[in-house]
Amino acid sequence: MTAIQVAPVPVPAGQDTAVRVRGLVKRYGGRAVVDGVDLDVRRGEVFALLGPNGAGKTTTIEVLEGVRRRDGGEVTVLGQDPASAGRAWRDRIGVVAQSTGVGDALTVRETLDHFARYHGTARPTAELLAAVGLAEAAGTRVARLSGGQRRRLEVALGVQGRPELLFLDEPTTGMDPVARRRFWELVRGLRAGGTTVVLTTHYLDEAAELADRVGVLAGGRLVDVAPPGELGAELRRVATVRWTEDGATREVVTPEPAAVLRDLLAAHPAGEVPGLTVTRPGLEDVYLSLVGATPEGGTR
Amino acid sequence: MTAALTPATTRPAPPSALAIGLARTGLELRLFVRDPAQVVFSFAYPIVMLVIFASVFAGEDRPGGVPFAQYFLAGIAATGIMLTSFQAVGTALAEERERGDLARLQVIGTPPLGYFLGKAGQVLVTTVLQLAVLLTVAATVYDVPMPDGVGRWLTFAWVVLLGAVAGTVLGIAVASAGSSRAVGNGISAFAVVLQFFSGVFFVFSELPSWMQEVAAVFPLKWLVQGMRSVFLPDAAAVAEPAGSWEHGTTALVLAAWVIIGLVVCARTFRWRRAA
Repeated sequence: MTAIQVAPVPVPAGQDTAVRVRGLVKRYGGRAVVDGVDLDVRRGEVFALLGPNGAGKTTTIEVLEGVRRRDGGEVTVLGQDPASAGRAWRDRIGVVAQSTGVGDALTVRETLDHFARYHGTARPTAELLAAVGLAEAAGTRVARLSGGQRRRLEVALGVQGRPELLFLDEPTTGMDPVARRRFWELVRGLRAGGTTVVLTTHYLDEAAELADRVGVLAGGRLVDVAPPGELGAELRRVATVRWTEDGATREVVTPEPAAVLRDLLAAHPAGEVPGLTVTRPGLEDVYLSLVGATPEGGTR
Repeated sequence: MTAALTPATTRPAPPSALAIGLARTGLELRLFVRDPAQVVFSFAYPIVMLVIFASVFAGEDRPGGVPFAQYFLAGIAATGIMLTSFQAVGTALAEERERGDLARLQVIGTPPLGYFLGKAGQVLVTTVLQLAVLLTVAATVYDVPMPDGVGRWLTFAWVVLLGAVAGTVLGIAVASAGSSRAVGNGISAFAVVLQFFSGVFFVFSELPSWMQEVAAVFPLKWLVQGMRSVFLPDAAAVAEPAGSWEHGTTALVLAAWVIIGLVVCARTFRWRRAA
């Protein structure tokens, strides 16, 4: 079909970074929707960009994919600037975007067979169908797929070219819980095989399930980057001690709950402290604090 | 599953634009066949035009004593080429861009040339089929004499080829002008006016000279004239503006529009609508 130039995957010296972003700025009509983002994604990790709608997740990922121009900053993806990288670079990345069409008149299998012909090397259609759970819908016209099935087809197309780096922009939108679990399995499988994954989501559980590290975007800025369990380290250090006294709930937010407890116990020599709880903020509380929304039950 | 999910360790160069153009030609044809409205419109419109013209003006003769159906077959064939190339491509491309189909092609790394070749391939196949149906009806139902001799068929071939290629690149060029609605309406309106000016509905030599001069700027007039040189007897050439078929000028004008179209495409083609 074409001249086969077999080249080893180019790995420039010291290239353990898949994505490097410094000072990224993107403005729409004078308003900065991405406002000075620094970001590093290591090869082989799953990195989740988490944030509310309008935080700049999609804009950021589209700049990395090379489909949107930036107004400032430096971006390197797989060793090249996405704004000027060519086809060979594009064949090494996979994209599952929010705004791409698939075409309606073909069947699922015809769609996959057709797009296989665009890649230097493509995963077999049967394997893709099985991986995303569309084997039984292979003969169905795309127009008749449900929203979730269509999303799975888009995921299949995104990984078809055996990418080294996969971008997933809100990949599980519209999927039912079973399909979502299956998708998570697929991402774990890709990670185990060495694929680097950058995904955006506004589902906290998805980020916690999949990501090695999470970056929280709010108002166009990256407000924290950490493994999901360590996100908002400052916020997690405080605990809330609650108890009941004279029929009212008392609450103390403190970095040293043990000291508060000692005082409480001393004040109740008879024994039990009524309604006593000590809680630390969960991922959701931390996330809501980071993006500037007040967590339910207010820890501050 | 895990073994199968590794990234490629060796990666052949992605397929050439030509290979992708071939794959896309097949895809575009398949999509065309699965769109009954498109198929009926492309194939039936020229036939319906022929039936109407031949019925309404039955018995009347045109310059050089040529029967009406024979004279207007040239304009109908040219219109058919414009429909399957310029109009179909411009309208479809604007819709594909709006639906995000082109954004998918972009992220998958499609070379624009491969996409253009796919459009051109589909246009050539559907144009040839459409003309085959039209000429068959003209010859069998209306007794229009078919071109005699290799020379006329060669003229037919290059006029069809240049016309269809010009229509394709110009369709791609105008599709970037706005929303699919605006592009679709704009193309339809423009095409109708151009048909009046270019001698599709009237005998060209009977049009006011300013109309003839305006029409001479655009490709359709030359396409119709080229077709007349194929279907009319040589004696009819005296009725042409220059008193001859002007094959050289026809080829130059059509080729110039191909080049203009390509330049516009190269400068303005976008996979996505402007943000």
